[in-house]
Amino acid sequence: MTDIWAGIQAAFRLILTLDADLVEITLLSLQVSLSALVVASMIALPFGTWLAIRRFRYRRAAIATLNALMGLPPVVVGLIVYLLLSRSGPFGVLGLLFTPTAMIIAQVIIITPLIASITHQSMRELWAEYHDLLISLNTNKRQRVITLIWDGRRTLMTAALAGFGRAIGEVGAIMIVGGNIDHATRVLTTAIALETGKGDFALALGLGFVLIALALVVNLTIHALSRTEREGTW
Amino acid sequence: MVEPQMTVTLADVVVKRRGKTVLGPVNLDLGTDGFTIVIGPNGAGKTTLLKVLHGVERISAGTVNWSLPDDQARQAQAYVFQSPIMLRRSVRQNLSYPLQLLGVPKSEIAHRVTHWAGQIGLEDALDFPAPRLSGGEKQKLALARALIRHPKVLFLDEPCANLDGRSTREIEALLSTATQAGTRIIMTTHNIGQAERLATNVLFLLNGKVHERGTASGFFNAPHTPEARAFLKGDIVE
Amino acid sequence: MIRSILALMLVFTTQLHAETMKLAVTTSFNNSGLSDVLLPEIKSDTGLEVQLLIVGTGQAIRLGEAGDVDAILVHSKPAEEAFLAGGHGTHRREIMYNDFVLIGPAADPAQIKGSATAVDALQHVAKAKAPFVSRGDDSGTHKKELSLWQATNLDPETFGPWYKAVGAGMGASLNTASGLDAYIMADRASWLNFGNKAGLELLFAGDPVLFNQYAYLPVNPARHPHVKTDAAAALEEWLVSPKAAELINDYKINGEALFVFNAKP
Repeated sequence: MTDIWAGIQAAFRLILTLDADLVEITLLSLQVSLSALVVASMIALPFGTWLAIRRFRYRRAAIATLNALMGLPPVVVGLIVYLLLSRSGPFGVLGLLFTPTAMIIAQVIIITPLIASITHQSMRELWAEYHDLLISLNTNKRQRVITLIWDGRRTLMTAALAGFGRAIGEVGAIMIVGGNIDHATRVLTTAIALETGKGDFALALGLGFVLIALALVVNLTIHALSRTEREGTW
Repeated sequence: MVEPQMTVTLADVVVKRRGKTVLGPVNLDLGTDGFTIVIGPNGAGKTTLLKVLHGVERISAGTVNWSLPDDQARQAQAYVFQSPIMLRRSVRQNLSYPLQLLGVPKSEIAHRVTHWAGQIGLEDALDFPAPRLSGGEKQKLALARALIRHPKVLFLDEPCANLDGRSTREIEALLSTATQAGTRIIMTTHNIGQAERLATNVLFLLNGKVHERGTASGFFNAPHTPEARAFLKGDIVE
Repeated sequence: MIRSILALMLVFTTQLHAETMKLAVTTSFNNSGLSDVLLPEIKSDTGLEVQLLIVGTGQAIRLGEAGDVDAILVHSKPAEEAFLAGGHGTHRREIMYNDFVLIGPAADPAQIKGSATAVDALQHVAKAKAPFVSRGDDSGTHKKELSLWQATNLDPETFGPWYKAVGAGMGASLNTASGLDAYIMADRASWLNFGNKAGLELLFAGDPVLFNQYAYLPVNPARHPHVKTDAAAALEEWLVSPKAAELINDYKINGEALFVFNAKP
């Protein structure tokens, strides 16, 4: 209990003094996870929607695979991305290992199936509702996907936020591909792992509280930006 | 504006679902104008016939031939479903959606939206979310959204089911106006009184087949078949 | 909303770039806190921004072999020699040493306090079957521990459940030992800097066999043309300089010196 109390105090001290290192790793956490979120959403939202409206032979298999990929262990993703980006790996010439870009790539792989799967679920319901109307209005595939994404944007926002939550809280993969380099690839979760390793539980916990607060702020901000709460009545 | 004629020919059309025939075989010619009412007991295939004509129901056998190429034919049609499908958008956006699909210029869209919102008495609710309208308002909005495209053919599936007398009359008035403007209407209903008020000709469906067809006056005054007579009297028809 | 996110990303991506190099170091080196003292000095003296990858010796060597870092600073001589024999590094430069210590519960149930040698102490632990946490991660510390067990003529593979190979870094392993009230072998620096000592204390140290030599090995540019040879050489030059000697020898925690500089000029 004293550790938790010390953690809360540490969190307040870090935030109130705007600790330079804290600001740096927090900004990097945001940069990496938001970038991963944008890239993953650009892939997952259209793909999940497409999966909901398109009938094809291996559809069930594709959906089952997608749902299985949601449970991808981040450590395995990290290891695979590491081996691919290593100087001795196929993409070694790009020199991306131990950079924020590598961390973004790993997080995109981790959260894309999650966002696509939630998108597919909610889009399937919306498509069942809209199906007859959109067919009747002679819409083409592109128009259908756009209409569904636009009208389902509130649930898609939820899907994206779930992805963001997983990304910002993830440690296994980015530890491996980022390397937790101070002032270069250290983010909140890897810093927490580091401080825990040093036995400095108060600081680790303090960073943990900052992480939770950050996730909360991002959620509220995105909700406010999209004004979904005001339109949330239908 | 010279408009190409929209006629349709159904030849030996059969629709099967899970091995059971729900419609057909149907052989039918529908002309270019008028108000056709499709009546018949539940399960006679009325909705299926409408969807086949509209081209949104897969047919198991036979052919449906519109006098226009398929995509143009669908473009010139509109369909109002039995339970109105509202886009999760405002009234204004629901009305403008079909026009946006057609690439109608913005100013023209705004003009038509204002006009049709007025026609259905929703001019003060343009920014109200459509899914929160009352049942009658939704049905009127669905109808306006269909008519706003100036379709040559309009299909209506029980547009007045679950509506009170006042809403029913409002919808009937809109339909009469549309007919006068040259829209060909094909509609199903269970309301014999409404059928008599609106129809110029009648298709009586029974067990997936066109059992009797004729002009409205002929059908309602002197039906040929005993089943049609029984149906009009309100008896159970097998 | 998308525009504001893009704007946010733009702000983040404008980062300054000094000359950087990547150095894989062992957890023990970083946990000691010495790197926090040395890195700013290196930056101001040479302009080099050294990015540390803090891993076990096993992984540090793999990173060097793959060319993912420019140099490594580790402490496991056999592994270092194998690294050189494989042509992965240019040469091996000894920099400094610290020592390993045996940690255990204050009550010392296995009676290792006052043992004559480290091997003797470990034999006591095995005999008492007292809980013992092993790094088990192929790190330099782990390799050292295994070599000591070898000297006892006991095989950890045959040990019962009292021997716990946790497969984790020094800090995490110390946390485990602290939670289990177990014995553990740690480098002195990590132990002194460790914040969660609970009921543990230092029970045995001083046997020369426990000395822990750190060596610096630049990655071979013949294998990996992209490595920053010049930066690696500049860092080496600094690490063996009198200034480095002073900083390393004077680094103390709770009044105790941790490292002894022993690079040959």
